[in-house]
Parts: sequence; structure tokens; C-alpha cells
Amino acid sequence: MTEVTEESVRAECRAWLEANWDPNLGLVEWRNKLVDSGWGAPHWPSAWHGRDLPQGLVPVVEEEFKRIGAVGVAKVGIRVLAAATILVHGSDYQKEKFLRRSLTGEDAWCQLFSEPGSGSDAAGAVTRADLKGNQWVINGQKVWTSGAQKADYGLLLARTDWDVPKHAGLSFFILDMHQPGVVVQPLKQMNGHATFNQVFITDAVVPPEYLMGRVGQGWAVTTTTLMHERRGSDALRSWAVGSDKPGRAYEEERKEIEISLAPYKWYPNRTGRVDLIVQRAKETGTINDPVTRQEIAKLMIMAKSAEWTARRARTAQEQGRPQGPEGSLGKLAASHIARAAARVHTMMTGAGALLTAEDGPLNGTIAEILVSTPATSIAGGTDEIQRNIIAERVLEMPKEPSVDTGKPFRDVPRNKVD
Amino acid sequence: MKFSFSEEQQEFRTNLRRFLADRSPTKEVRRLMETEAGWEPEAWRKLNAELGLTAVRIPEAYGGQGFGFGEQCIVLEEMGRALLCAPYFATTVLAAGAILNGGTEADKKALLPGIADGDVVATLASTEDGGAWDAAATTLTATKSGAGYRLNGHKSFVLDGHTADTIIVLGRAPGSAGDAGLSFFVVSGDASGLSRRPLKTMDLTRKLARLTFDDVEATLLGTEGAAAGPFARTMVEASVCLANEMVGGAERLREDALAYARLRVQFGRQIASFQTMKHKHADMLLEVEMAKSAAYYAAAALDDGDADVAAMASLAKAGASDTYIQTAIHAIQIHGGIGFTWDNDTHLWFKRAKSSEVLFGDAHYHREQMMRHWEIAA
Repeated sequence: MTEVTEESVRAECRAWLEANWDPNLGLVEWRNKLVDSGWGAPHWPSAWHGRDLPQGLVPVVEEEFKRIGAVGVAKVGIRVLAAATILVHGSDYQKEKFLRRSLTGEDAWCQLFSEPGSGSDAAGAVTRADLKGNQWVINGQKVWTSGAQKADYGLLLARTDWDVPKHAGLSFFILDMHQPGVVVQPLKQMNGHATFNQVFITDAVVPPEYLMGRVGQGWAVTTTTLMHERRGSDALRSWAVGSDKPGRAYEEERKEIEISLAPYKWYPNRTGRVDLIVQRAKETGTINDPVTRQEIAKLMIMAKSAEWTARRARTAQEQGRPQGPEGSLGKLAASHIARAAARVHTMMTGAGALLTAEDGPLNGTIAEILVSTPATSIAGGTDEIQRNIIAERVLEMPKEPSVDTGKPFRDVPRNKVD
Repeated sequence: MKFSFSEEQQEFRTNLRRFLADRSPTKEVRRLMETEAGWEPEAWRKLNAELGLTAVRIPEAYGGQGFGFGEQCIVLEEMGRALLCAPYFATTVLAAGAILNGGTEADKKALLPGIADGDVVATLASTEDGGAWDAAATTLTATKSGAGYRLNGHKSFVLDGHTADTIIVLGRAPGSAGDAGLSFFVVSGDASGLSRRPLKTMDLTRKLARLTFDDVEATLLGTEGAAAGPFARTMVEASVCLANEMVGGAERLREDALAYARLRVQFGRQIASFQTMKHKHADMLLEVEMAKSAAYYAAAALDDGDADVAAMASLAKAGASDTYIQTAIHAIQIHGGIGFTWDNDTHLWFKRAKSSEVLFGDAHYHREQMMRHWEIAA
């Protein structure tokens, strides 16, 4: 095998793109070419649509795509997590059936982990999967499911054994969402939006070839998905913006992004919108108030310091050095920043903070910030869980004595759900 | 190098940390802090001679090593961690900083080599009884007398002011006001008419003195009447350097408190296994890492010559001020009763945190400074 260098990858990728990229191709047609060539997911194994490229060289490929303006494989939605999980734990049958269509964007996915009775403790899931004849029959309820109404498949965590400790009784399935036993209902949030759904599952059927990993190994598979979710959570902030150039592939990609991101229009406001602070201070004249100035400065110091802490972690990663503790802190910092920003926005806005929509300042944006920031310290792992992770994984502090790990799950106290 | 250190810098830090752990254990800190001087000439000169620390940021043309603030701040962070009792900050950050920023070529040639060699201990006397950190509040007067000047008035909160060989004094022309008429002067520590009184400091590891000037002979440093700018620049540098010293101390407190929480058993468990303790430690880690990021960024901003460096310096100092004292409060709390005793070492860093919080302006002061610098830049 010839050695792969930055120069060789760049030259090869550039040559391929120059020979093949055509903005007037249909999006799926173009992406199928990407999948065939391996340039769509170059760090994937060559047996499965990739080129075995080291992760460190992926940015080179991205640069070449950007240079020529070529559209990449589908990168929005849970399909990315589904593909990453299947790549690690899926059978050849599953890889064959699902990987290509996730890269082309033909299949949409959702993640069926959280339940009304198990949020932070996802391994406490009580959705049941019972083997009846040759089929798995699923019953239960899932919640906080983004994209469920448009999903073709779901990554399902369900309990297959109630007589072993909780982690050991879980299995991981692929659920076909297009069946009568699966009912999706939007879940209205305190800020009025409905980004997520509840999924009611009644006697839904899963064929045996849709079991991922072995029976009882569901938690290990789930961990893979969650790891990729955490790693990608930064990407939420810099989500794909389609090119505004003319061409069929561009148009179809723009539409794909628009549909995927529509439920997340309020997302920037959950961060507290530090970017609006100075502008608002000037507009409202509070820039001259010494008390407000102190609060603005505190917020800015926090935001800048958090940004630089993330940069330190990223720089370490780019240089191939092990990340220091700074890598695990971003989410907790974001919660502090969001809360502080909401407080400063309230201070600066005064009575205007009583009003919403078109009667509120910035056409309701301030009101939406104030009622959206609580999401930051909950979604994707609460601050409390985040602190446990930092303490136990980074600082290596001892775990609390556990009351549920050794017991059969059947005997573990749990929430009553009507 | 705003977000990482080079291999050489990391190696430098590792060696320095080991060296200071050996030379400045808390037993030694406690011995020196009980002395009036606060440091020992022989021990300090020996330590400095081995590592050349006073030479780090002095340009090679004046006998130094010519490194930047990046390297000097590594030295300070490690000294803050070890709570080293030495006149390093006063000599290399304040006095050498004022000379580099305000001195003429001849001044630099005359004064810096001695500092670089470690032979001369120097300081900057700018603050007075009012405790204002800016130059405009200066009342000490300098009157021309023959080839030199005569200084009258007082200075206070002068770092190592009672032990320094050379004192750079900020004074003003009689009748001048505000930033006008300010000049730096060089005064010998044993000049006649100069009396020096060590102040009783809460933080025994950082000695301060009050100086009175009764017709003290002095020579001009730099250009007459033009010290306001160089002084302001020196304070920007001092804020960044102190912020780096502070994060070194804060991290040490955090690590020591964590080690204690692992050691201490109550209710049949290590207290480190309690969630309330884990959450406190996670918060401490977040705060210390964020303060480190700001301190490192500001040091690099000095080296890069960034236009907004004054704002970044205040950002770093304000962040470090809040973080160091908060970390110290947590550290005492984690230790419980033993943490409130003289024999436990935690209070040594607690007091350094408090003195550092106030020195060169507290967090409120620097937040306001940051806002002003930002508005000017905007």
C-alpha cells in the first residue's frame, strides 16, 4: 500500500472532484457517486463506502469539497448517528441495507432512547421487546424524539430481560417507523415550539435481522450512539448552511437542510444570544449604567473564557495530544453563559421583558431567549449529570454507592407512568 | 500561541515545577514568610542563578534571554503554584517593565543587565496611601535640582519596597495634574532621606512597604513628563502576569482540595464519593480552566501586540480575581475545620488569593476597565 500523505489525498480528491462534480446532477444521483468513490465518507472503511483515511486527513478532503463547491453526503439529522452506530455494531446485512441510503439522505432516522420514566438514567428504559415466534414485539413509550414524524427508521433501546441488572437486560433494535403500531405526537415545549415528539409504540413488530449487536448488549450499542451525539453536539452551533448557488444538487440540498432544521428555529435563542448583548446595551442606553456594565462584563468574560477553553481543547486534539480536562467542560460552561445572558437581557430590557411576539423587543426574540435558556442546562445531559461525568471521568473521583446495579431490574424502584 | 504551548515551553514548565516543588515546599514558604524581608538574598540568588529566571523576558541586548510574556507567564504560574517567596514579580514585571516601557536606550543599558543577572532587586513605587492603581492619583513631587531631581512625598503598597536595591518611582512635576507632568525616577534603596517601613500584610508571602521621601536624590528615567503611557502599559503587563501567577495558585488549591477529599473518610465513605463534593469539584475545575484560558490568551496577546490587549488584560485579571478567591473559599470549605487552622497550608494560598484579588485593581475595577477599552476599540 502506498503511503497516504496530505499532498496525495489532496491531489487525488481534487482530481476526482474536477472530473465528476456537476451541480446539475440530482442530489441522490451525485451522492451515490460519492458513495461509490469513497470520497463521501473518506474515514470510513473501504469495504463500506469509505477510503480508510486517517481522521486527521479528513479536513483536507473537506477543503477540497469547499474549494470546488461540491455538495457532500447527507450530514443533518440522526441518520449520521445511525450510520456511525451501524458501522461499529451492525451486521453486514444492516450495513448493506442502511449505510448507503443514510449517506445519500434517502432514509431519515430518529433515536428512541429517552422515556417518560427515564431521562438522565437512560438505561432504566422500560419499553419492552418480547420475542413472539420469530418476531420481536415492542410496547412502550419514547419521548424527546426529534425528527420522529419524518423518520423512516428508529434506533430503539428496549428491555428484553427483566430478571438481570438493568444494563444487562437491554437490547438494541432498528424499528421501522412506517407501521400501524407506531404513533408520533409532537411535544409542545414551554417556549411554544414543538421540536421533539412522543412516540407511542403498541405491538410494533421488529424482524430478527433488525436486532443490532446481541440480545442483552443494547447498552454497549447505545453508548456508541451517545458518544457520537456528544462529539457532534458542538456542530449544532455551526449547522450546515446550504450554498446559495444555482444548480439542481444545490437546490435539493438547501431543501433537505431547511426541512431538517425547521423545528430548530429557536435553537440559537436557548444559548442566551450573547451576540446581541452589546447591541441591546447600546439600543436601550443601559450601556451607561454601571450596574449593567458589570453584569455585561461578567457575561463577556465567561463567554470569552469558555470560547478559549474550547479552542485549547481543539488545538490539543489537532496536534494529536491528549485533551486535558478542558475538553469536557463546554456544556457546563454553556449553561452558565445562557443563564447569565438571560439575566442581562432582562436587566437591559426592563418592562419590555413582559411582552412577547410582535409586541416584545426584537419582534419577540428577547422573550424567546428568556423562555428558551432553561433547555441548555437540561438537553443532552443535565448540568448535574455533566458534573458527575466531569468528577468521575476527568477527576477520577469515586462513584456513589449504587442501589440498582446489582439487582434484577424487576426489583429496582422506578417511576410509575400512566 | 494563544491556545497551546510549544514542546519547549511544556518541558520548561515541567522542569520548573519539579525544581520549585523541591526548593519551595510549604515548610520553606512558612519559614520565609515569618521573616521581615520575606525572602533570603542567598537562597534567591542561588535559585535564580541556576535557572536564569530574572533574565527570561529581558532582551538579549541588555543581558537577558529575550523570551516573551508567554515564557515569563509560565514562570509566574509555576511560582504562584509553589507560592515562592522571592522578589521576582517586583523586579522583573514591575521594575524591568517600567524600564523597558519608559526608559531611554541609555537607561536600559544601565539598569537591565543587573536585573537580568539577578544581582539587582528592584521594584516600582507608584501607588500611594489612597490605594488608587492609576497614575493620575500621584501626589509625590519631583523638583529639578542640578543634574538630578529631589523627591518629596510618600508611596505605599510597594511590593518588596523595604528590600529592593533600586526603586523606580512615579512622581509628578509640582503644580501638574492628571496624566500630565508624570515621570519615572530611579532611586537607590539606601538613598538618604528615604525611609522604608514594612507594612503588616495579611498575605505574609507578599511583602509590601510604605516609603517616605524627604528630599531624596533621584535620576530621571526616560523622558520628563511622559510616564503616563509607559506606566499604563506596565500596569497592563502586570495585570496579565499576575493573572497567570494567580491561576497557578488556583490550580494548586483545586488539586490539594481534591487530594484531601479522596483521603478524608466520613460516614464510612471517602468524602470525594459524595455527589455534593463531586459537583463542587467539577465547578472548580470549570472555573480554573476558564481563568487559565483567559490568562494564557492575554499573555499571548501581549506577545502578539494585539490592539485590544488592554481589554484582554483586564478580562484575564477580573476572571482570575473571582476564580482564585472562589477556589480558595471552596478549598477551605472542603477541608472543613482543619482548613481553618494555621497548621493546614490552605490559608497560605487563600491569603495569596485575597492579596492578588486586590492588587492592581479588583474584579469590579477591571470589569469596568475592560468595558472602557472595548468601547474605545468599538
